[in-house]
Amino acid sequence: MSQTNRLQGGLIDRGRTLSFRFDDRWMKGHPGDTLASALLANGVRLMGRSFKYHRPRGPLSAGSEEPNAIVELRDGARQEPNTRATTAELHDGLTARSQNRWPSLAFDALSVNDRLSAFFAAGFYYKTFMWPAAFWEKLYEPMIRRAAGLGSLSPKPDPDSYDKGYLHCDVLIIGAGPAGLAAALTAGEAGLSVILADEDPLAGGRLNAESFAMGQQAGHDWAAETAARLAAMPNVRLMTRTTVLGAFDHGIYGALERVSDHLPVPPEGKPRQILWRIYARRAILAAGATERPIVFENNDRPGIMLAGAMRAYANRWAVTPAREIAVFTNNDDGHRTASDLAAKGVSVATVIDTRTDAPGGNGYEVIAGAAVTGTFGRLGLKQIEVTDARGARRRISCGALGVSGGWNPNVSLTCHMRGRPAWDADIHAFVPGGTLPGGMVVAGAAAGMFSTHAALHAGAEAAAAIVADLGKTAPSPDLPEAEDAPVAITPFWHVAGARRAWVDQQNDVTAKDIRLAHQENFTSVEHLKRYTTLGMATDQGKTSNMAGLAIMAEVAGKPIPEVGTTMFRPPYTPTAIGAFAGRSRGTGFRPVRKTPSHVWAEEQGATFVEAGLWLRAQWFARPGETHWRQTVDREVLQTRNSVGICDVTTLGKIDVQGSDAAAFMNMVYCNGFAKLPVGKTRYGLMLREDGIAMDDGTAARFAEHHYVVTTTTANAVPVYRHMEFVRQCLFPDMDVQLISTTESWAQFAVAGPNSRKLLQKIVDTDHDISNAAFPFMACAEVTVCGGLRARLFRISFSGELAFEIAVPTRYGDALIRRMMAAGEEFGVVPYGTEALGVMRIEKGHAAGNELNGTTTALNLGMGRMVSKKKDSIGSTLSEREGLNEDDALRLVGFRPVNARDAVPAGAHLMRRGDAVDAAHDQGYVTSSCYSPALGHHIGIGFLKSGNARMGEILRLASPLTGVDHEVEVVSAHFIDPEGERLRA
Amino acid sequence: MHDLEPITPLGAAAPRTEIHGPVTLTEVTDRALASVAARLGREKETAALLADLIGEAPPAPARLSGTTLTAFWTGPDQWMIEAPLDSHEDLAEQLVAAAGGAMSVTGQTDAWCRFDLTGDGLPDVFERLCPADTRAFAGGEALRTAIDHMGCFLLCRAAGHLTVLGPRSSAGSLHHALLTAIRSAH
Repeated sequence: MSQTNRLQGGLIDRGRTLSFRFDDRWMKGHPGDTLASALLANGVRLMGRSFKYHRPRGPLSAGSEEPNAIVELRDGARQEPNTRATTAELHDGLTARSQNRWPSLAFDALSVNDRLSAFFAAGFYYKTFMWPAAFWEKLYEPMIRRAAGLGSLSPKPDPDSYDKGYLHCDVLIIGAGPAGLAAALTAGEAGLSVILADEDPLAGGRLNAESFAMGQQAGHDWAAETAARLAAMPNVRLMTRTTVLGAFDHGIYGALERVSDHLPVPPEGKPRQILWRIYARRAILAAGATERPIVFENNDRPGIMLAGAMRAYANRWAVTPAREIAVFTNNDDGHRTASDLAAKGVSVATVIDTRTDAPGGNGYEVIAGAAVTGTFGRLGLKQIEVTDARGARRRISCGALGVSGGWNPNVSLTCHMRGRPAWDADIHAFVPGGTLPGGMVVAGAAAGMFSTHAALHAGAEAAAAIVADLGKTAPSPDLPEAEDAPVAITPFWHVAGARRAWVDQQNDVTAKDIRLAHQENFTSVEHLKRYTTLGMATDQGKTSNMAGLAIMAEVAGKPIPEVGTTMFRPPYTPTAIGAFAGRSRGTGFRPVRKTPSHVWAEEQGATFVEAGLWLRAQWFARPGETHWRQTVDREVLQTRNSVGICDVTTLGKIDVQGSDAAAFMNMVYCNGFAKLPVGKTRYGLMLREDGIAMDDGTAARFAEHHYVVTTTTANAVPVYRHMEFVRQCLFPDMDVQLISTTESWAQFAVAGPNSRKLLQKIVDTDHDISNAAFPFMACAEVTVCGGLRARLFRISFSGELAFEIAVPTRYGDALIRRMMAAGEEFGVVPYGTEALGVMRIEKGHAAGNELNGTTTALNLGMGRMVSKKKDSIGSTLSEREGLNEDDALRLVGFRPVNARDAVPAGAHLMRRGDAVDAAHDQGYVTSSCYSPALGHHIGIGFLKSGNARMGEILRLASPLTGVDHEVEVVSAHFIDPEGERLRA
Repeated sequence: MHDLEPITPLGAAAPRTEIHGPVTLTEVTDRALASVAARLGREKETAALLADLIGEAPPAPARLSGTTLTAFWTGPDQWMIEAPLDSHEDLAEQLVAAAGGAMSVTGQTDAWCRFDLTGDGLPDVFERLCPADTRAFAGGEALRTAIDHMGCFLLCRAAGHLTVLGPRSSAGSLHHALLTAIRSAH
């Protein structure tokens, strides 16, 4: 017999039937059902087991505030734990599993914890599992780890995509209940751009859960019609299934739209969810209110739920949790559940009202001045015990109990910018208070106005004020007549004398835990939260914080507002991490930058390496080469013996122009550039303000007022940023203009004794590049291959005779192919970043490893480069005493005494016989490689007074990696120290 | 004449076009670009030069102007000039010749890749890419923005025609981001 608990009516589509599975049972439901409503329809009240004590639990609510009915939804890679059954939309084939039980929901072995509750009270992990100490690591901790956690994740990668997006509007309306709908009509008809967002798939808020009339229509009909009207307005964007997660600075709101969660699988190319950043000039928080329960003995059995939820199940989903129900309330609102359920043919056993002046019932018994003092039914409610004003006890049979302790306005978003709510003694609840996030106002139940009439009008008025503020006129929308019942509540938070009364049902926090926290002096509300874990579960205490505060207030003898609330933080409801990542995952995590020769390099089978965002060829293995050293050694030797080509496009290039370009260059570089002749390049060193070396490169002068600066690859952006800062902020009166040209030119290093011969076949013959006409450090604008504009530089990073040739990027591919063809007669090789690195270490060139943010020009052996004939950035502070000690570090080379030893970077140097510790530290190795030219490993690095210690034998030590052998101090310039090859 | 063949930013011989739903995504490779920045004290002269060049006043911040030759604002007294590549392959040299030293000119043709999106529903695409309020665009807007961590220029040529200029070396990543957003939105 399926769907035994269905009622008439509801907003479900009985024309279609859906199949779904919960644990091992297939059942039926309808479109419009949630998983929870469909389970209740099928007579299933037991939906989970609680966190600590594994108590049987059913749904407490019908919405996103649900603490108990959390399940693992979907199978396989899409499995998601802790999904609320109360908001999971039913679709055909939906599968779900209950959590936190073994072996099954009905027979959970760990419910033994419930009998050991004395050991699991608040703060138990500070008091238990301590003896014997040895048991902790081997027994207690693994046990606790296995028992901890709620739900399980699939280890497979998430197959779904998530988008991130940006929206703009005049007014963001958060919540599409009566207040939000009225506000949207007002703002929409005034012509403002409006976004109306609601977490529910249907607009309408409580109108879909209550049996209110709006004028002559049913509340839900008015809501649907109004929503359709709004959706048809071009200036209104209705976003259902969209939770506004948080309020951020400057009127920015985060919102999570569930695009495909209600479908079995997202359609091809579509995201599962979208995380929106909404830029709203104004916002109206119309987020409604959440009901709170009363705390009493064993108040957590399946079938015991919020009274408002019970009538939502009946009115919206045509479901009753049991055929015989009761209600426990401290306010008039709870009585609505009795009358609504009775109207649908459900038997209402009784309404237990804590107030002695409770109103009478229409067709059902009301027991005034009474309380529920016990409940029975292990896997689901069967009976309740009621104690009346005179102390007489009675047992009443019922399968479900609707509990109403009043309503809490949903103030969360008003407090996301460190605000705190204010206490309203009329409704005994917190309402928005203090300073709200800029541009936000609150309307309706979220502001403590609980009647439908009040909500409609508050929403319309809030919108009208915004319309006027933004300079437009608002028509008065036609608002229907609606109920306007006053709030009638007498506070009653918990039944005295209860032994096991549940406050936070997800984290299993009892009233006794709260009294214990007070007893142990954790009385501040923030300590209460963390010591008991009240409000720290996935429901963030939406149905439990209030009772917890009230009990603490009572025990501490303070009024509730003095206890206060804890900090509210985004996100409002749990949000998948995938949504925060958006498309930035896997290979899409960051953009890739490809060099102009990338396509050609791929054809050559190059191995690539990441250099920041760039992909650079690391080496080009030939068939038969099985180890990278073979390849790199070959590339180095062939380049030094004949000629090699390397793509060096990635180095930063910055165009510097203007009548003060020379003065500007002199300011940013520590050495002189103003007198650099046109047609010449010079090595330059840039210092930071504090005198530390920042970056190095070569700068070329193409005209009196035109320089091209190069930077290292890693510092292309930081140096450009630095130069713009200097231009705009330090020297705004200089006539100088900058722009990056890193991307504009494809640039290749052509190095080796045959490099000139190769280039003479490329550069057009009207440009003489002989040694006489184009000496070392020359530069010129030339043409290649019959007239293509190009730039040629005679500079060398390898220590060989070398050039760099640049053409417009779109011709880089054609150029490398042409040069490789032209170089075939010389046995030209392409070389990658490894060979590039080996050659510059052999030559003793400083690079990023040496410019490590602590070293100066002096350390680099370039002390005399810091010109004292002109001011430059860093010049003054480079003269500090501490940077100029007699035994300052100096860049030198290291050769292993035993030719088979390596000289690993990061190793430190000690005198022979000294201990290996910081006190005896003489310096450290910064770069190292195997030198194919020399046949052994080499290193360069910094040594105290290194320039005066040539030939000294030192101890090289790296205790962490077991290095301990001897090296000889040598010049860092292992290859061609006199520079003869460079000037050939 | 030289005999070297250029390749597109996406690394092919010819530019790519994709059509998905109402949106067409076209790789544009037939435009020359150059950046001009007024020298100190010669701002008015530069503005006059630009006006001559594009046939209207140089655009204000966040604006694009012109027809065959267009210009968009990129900084105080700084603009990017666009021209047909066929007739202006040496755009930078032409501008230097016309400038008389009033402005600094740098070629930018090869610094950027360009993708044009045309058709209906472009704001639906761009609201998934960047914070620009493309729904409010009417034509003539020129903004600096970031798309998938890439610094780009976003130009609105007309309603239903948007240009994205991105770093040339990241053309593949940018193309992928645009296509993914188009398929997501439509």
